[in-house]
Amino acid sequence: MKSNPVYVFAVHAAFVAMSIAALFPFLLLVAASFTDEQAIIEHGYALIPERFSLDAYAYLFSNSVMIMRSYGITAFITVVGTTLGLLITTLIAYPLSRNILPFRSFISFFVFFTLLFQGGLVPFYLVYTDLLHMKDTIWALLLPNLLTNGFFILLMRSFFSLSIPGEVVESAYVDGANELTIYYRIVMPLALPGLATIGLMLLISYWNDWYNGLIFINDGTLFSIQNLLNRMLADVQYLQQNNLSGQAAAATSVPISTVRMAIAVIGVLPLIAAYPFFQKYFVKGLTIGAVKG
Amino acid sequence: MGDRAIQTADMPKEWRTRKVRTRALNKRLSYVRRHWMLLAMVVPGMLYLFINNYLPMFGIVIAFKDINFAKGIWQSDWIGFDNFAYLFQTQDAWVITRNTILYNGAFIILGTVIAIFVAILLNEVKNRFFSRLYQSIILLPYLISMVIVAYLVLALLNEENGYMNRYVLPLLGLDPVSWYSDAGKWPYILTLVHLWKTVGYSCIVYLAAIVGINQEYYESAMLDGASKWRQIRSITIPLITPTITIMTLLAIGRIFSSDFGLFYQVPLNSGALQPTTDVIDTYVYRGLMTFGDFGMSSAAGLYQSVVGFALVLFTNALVRRKNRDLALF
Repeated sequence: MKSNPVYVFAVHAAFVAMSIAALFPFLLLVAASFTDEQAIIEHGYALIPERFSLDAYAYLFSNSVMIMRSYGITAFITVVGTTLGLLITTLIAYPLSRNILPFRSFISFFVFFTLLFQGGLVPFYLVYTDLLHMKDTIWALLLPNLLTNGFFILLMRSFFSLSIPGEVVESAYVDGANELTIYYRIVMPLALPGLATIGLMLLISYWNDWYNGLIFINDGTLFSIQNLLNRMLADVQYLQQNNLSGQAAAATSVPISTVRMAIAVIGVLPLIAAYPFFQKYFVKGLTIGAVKG
Repeated sequence: MGDRAIQTADMPKEWRTRKVRTRALNKRLSYVRRHWMLLAMVVPGMLYLFINNYLPMFGIVIAFKDINFAKGIWQSDWIGFDNFAYLFQTQDAWVITRNTILYNGAFIILGTVIAIFVAILLNEVKNRFFSRLYQSIILLPYLISMVIVAYLVLALLNEENGYMNRYVLPLLGLDPVSWYSDAGKWPYILTLVHLWKTVGYSCIVYLAAIVGINQEYYESAMLDGASKWRQIRSITIPLITPTITIMTLLAIGRIFSSDFGLFYQVPLNSGALQPTTDVIDTYVYRGLMTFGDFGMSSAAGLYQSVVGFALVLFTNALVRRKNRDLALF
């Protein structure tokens, strides 16, 4: 099949333009974080720094208590949340994929209905604050995203019924293995690709979550990195007020406009750095998510 | 076996049905007992969904109460539809409904057209390395959180230091703009930001549909001397129409709920921009978290839930008519 070179060139040119549009804001952000504060005041955020400077990062590292703690919170909720989320999702999805499960249609409906109807923010907020008393606790960052709704359960259920051969499970059953043994000895290892995909989606949703922190957390020591970024967006002075324990001298020359950009870079860097490695699973997760629902 | 059948037949009718019923129940019980472990495995998930999803559903009754924390939520007085009456008396209800529907409508139309265009174009990149690379790059914005997006937009639109005011507008010979206080510009800005963030994602869905088209159609079209444009118009578009229909219907089902992050984070929660950036989700959030107005906020939330639910049922019925397998239920 031969293609007209002009046509091929035009297609590539279009994608180069789109790629630039997609990447430009990131490049601007990174460039701004490496620019001298005075240069930003004089010339604004530029793609090529007027005067290169590491002041913003030096400031972040010298006042790193709050940032490191936020990173710790984010890492904790991401690891624990993803693990627990995967566990609970598969624990309910696997029995749902077996037609011998008692009350199967009721349980399916129970899971499915959560996709159709939501109670809304106010009752949700009251359940977590007034009933469970989780305001300003780490639980408020961990629990609401665990399953969110039944969507991942239904995805995982289809994955199990498509990829786990019924005969394998049956023969293990005949050999005297109980359901729990079958689940973690046979089903989970066979479902690794599905686990990777759903796990990645959970991981990204925990890493990126700012919403739960916004509504449930006022205590700055429990801020995830996203919440810290969120707070600094509204109040540039936030880091300065809460971080400098007695080091008032440094406060006079905080490079605010660049520090802001530097902390955004730090917030997004781990995800972008890991992106090439999980890109394949990410695309897969999005595609299966889109086909059903 | 035969003996038992005769015995059963000899019993009075009432006994017989009771016996049959007990036997069915016993059978059911022993079935449950045999599979108790499988049943036990679903308990944590169901308990979670009960607390996280079902309790808030019961909580919608709050919208019909005058919440008084001294009395407690359940003891607060019932006030019928008063909260709704207040909500719909104000201009707010109309503004947030209009904004939500207009934004989502624009997102659906523009998003679909652009995503299909990009997907068709991406399918024309025959080099696998470049195809992957382009796909990854345009998908990148989908990966990041709205807080980061707000920073990116701020770097572009900041009044004093922003790239637009410092570089782009002077280059075009235009005066600087106070972006964060000029409400009229935000429908365009938010639409652009939304497209920038999501086109990579929706394009993947359409690309999957295009890749699935049988290549023989194109081969025979080329033998007939059909141009590229003709092939796209007469083969690609008609064959991905089912996907387009389903995706659009599903999006219409969700037209009443919006991307809270986009409307809350990107305009920096600016009051001056509210006339054009306030949607139902931001209104409910502000009512609850800023004003502590549980009545108004829960009324607006319930209004959104109920209309949203009706829309999902309605569009699902349409999807079901088109293609049973793709319907949600």
